[in-house]
Amino acid sequence: MTFESELAEGRFRIPECASCKKTVWPPTPYCSRCLGPVRLSDGDHTGTIAEFSRKDGEYFCMVEFGDVRILAGIRDAPKVGQKVGICRCGISNGDYFFEVQ
Amino acid sequence: MTRVGIAACGIIPFTRDDQSIESVLLESVVDLFEGSDADRGSVDAVLVSTNSNSKYLAPILSETAGLGPNIAHTVENLCNSGTNAMVSGYSYIASGLADVVLVSGAERYDSPGQVLEWDRSRGGFKHPIFWASILARSYKRRFSISEEQLAMVPVKNHRHARDNPNAMSKKACTIQDVIESKRVTDDIRLLECSRPCTGSASVLLASEDAAKRLSKEPVWIAGIGQKTASAGFTKSESFSSLESTRIAADVALRMAGHAPKDIDVAEVHDAFSVCEPMALESMGLCGPGGGAGMVRDMYDTENRMINPRGGLIGSGHPLGATGIAQAVEITQQLRADAGSRQVGGARTGLVHNMSAAGTSSTVLVLER
Repeated sequence: MTFESELAEGRFRIPECASCKKTVWPPTPYCSRCLGPVRLSDGDHTGTIAEFSRKDGEYFCMVEFGDVRILAGIRDAPKVGQKVGICRCGISNGDYFFEVQ
Repeated sequence: MTRVGIAACGIIPFTRDDQSIESVLLESVVDLFEGSDADRGSVDAVLVSTNSNSKYLAPILSETAGLGPNIAHTVENLCNSGTNAMVSGYSYIASGLADVVLVSGAERYDSPGQVLEWDRSRGGFKHPIFWASILARSYKRRFSISEEQLAMVPVKNHRHARDNPNAMSKKACTIQDVIESKRVTDDIRLLECSRPCTGSASVLLASEDAAKRLSKEPVWIAGIGQKTASAGFTKSESFSSLESTRIAADVALRMAGHAPKDIDVAEVHDAFSVCEPMALESMGLCGPGGGAGMVRDMYDTENRMINPRGGLIGSGHPLGATGIAQAVEITQQLRADAGSRQVGGARTGLVHNMSAAGTSSTVLVLER
């Protein structure tokens, strides 16, 4: 089970080092601090919008989940500091996609 | 350790032409040797800077240009490939592995280096316009900067580009033109973007003895600073300043024994309008939040100190050639050979070249 195989099933799970517990982001097989093996953490992750903009009428935003940051789509006009969760994610044509609300 | 100088330069007009990367590369090398007394037989290393997927370009360039180097290979590091190749050339000379190094950068308008496929934390928002929009929004928010203030960057740089015969842009624009140009995102207008293009630039680096033999007016690489903060945009420490640029500039200026106030002329990596004030502030050329005001002052006083050739926005952005084209401009400025673009009395110049939203930066300090 990897971040990618979980994401392909529509599940967003945060990778962390099994040895030193550091969040490992972007997802890689080994921890960048201690080179220990990486596992996936469970839980409902709540993120915070750090910044946003809009292209062709669709908003996109930088969302922080602790040490993890992603660029995600969001349907309604966002605000900096707004709390959000992942409502849709996956892999499409080889690219990750994330949507928050 | 020997000093390393720029003994000769070559550059061609930046276009949207559909031309093979091999022929684009060769053109700036031909320009370099036609415009200097340098002897092709003296070149003992050839470094090619590009993001092209074409292979074995340095040996191909060597064969087609009639060079017989010992060392020949490609350097790739996205948009700052050019200055990375120059730093590699410097290192070959400083270590004694080579005495004269040809560094040539080239790119086609459809370069694969425009998008970093690896950075999947950007989700479906991989194109540079998305990171640029986040930076622009964050910078405007933090320092209460208006879009009209940021629009001064393309207004200034397109004006400078009119005096650069190799620039893609030949047309001046007003703040109104920028604001009324296509809204690519809520935070970036079309005229605020540098454009990918086809182009090439070359420099001949040489040890102190060789530089004095090959050129009447060598320009010396007095300072080098590089910092790789991360590869992924989402790992950046700040979205309203450029940490890798701050560190690279500090290291380069210290190596050269200079302070920011000593810089007479600089080429700054304005991939998008917001990058210029952020870079000026991060390098200490003005205070935090003062970059947009500095750009306005330079425009009002017709001061060409920053991006005299028009920067990336005015000149075009052939990724692998950009850092070398910046160094060519600063070399011409320091030789008082920049024609109508000349910044009077320039003795110390700076090149700022960065990649992937400023996740890595190179700064060179040049002196005559």
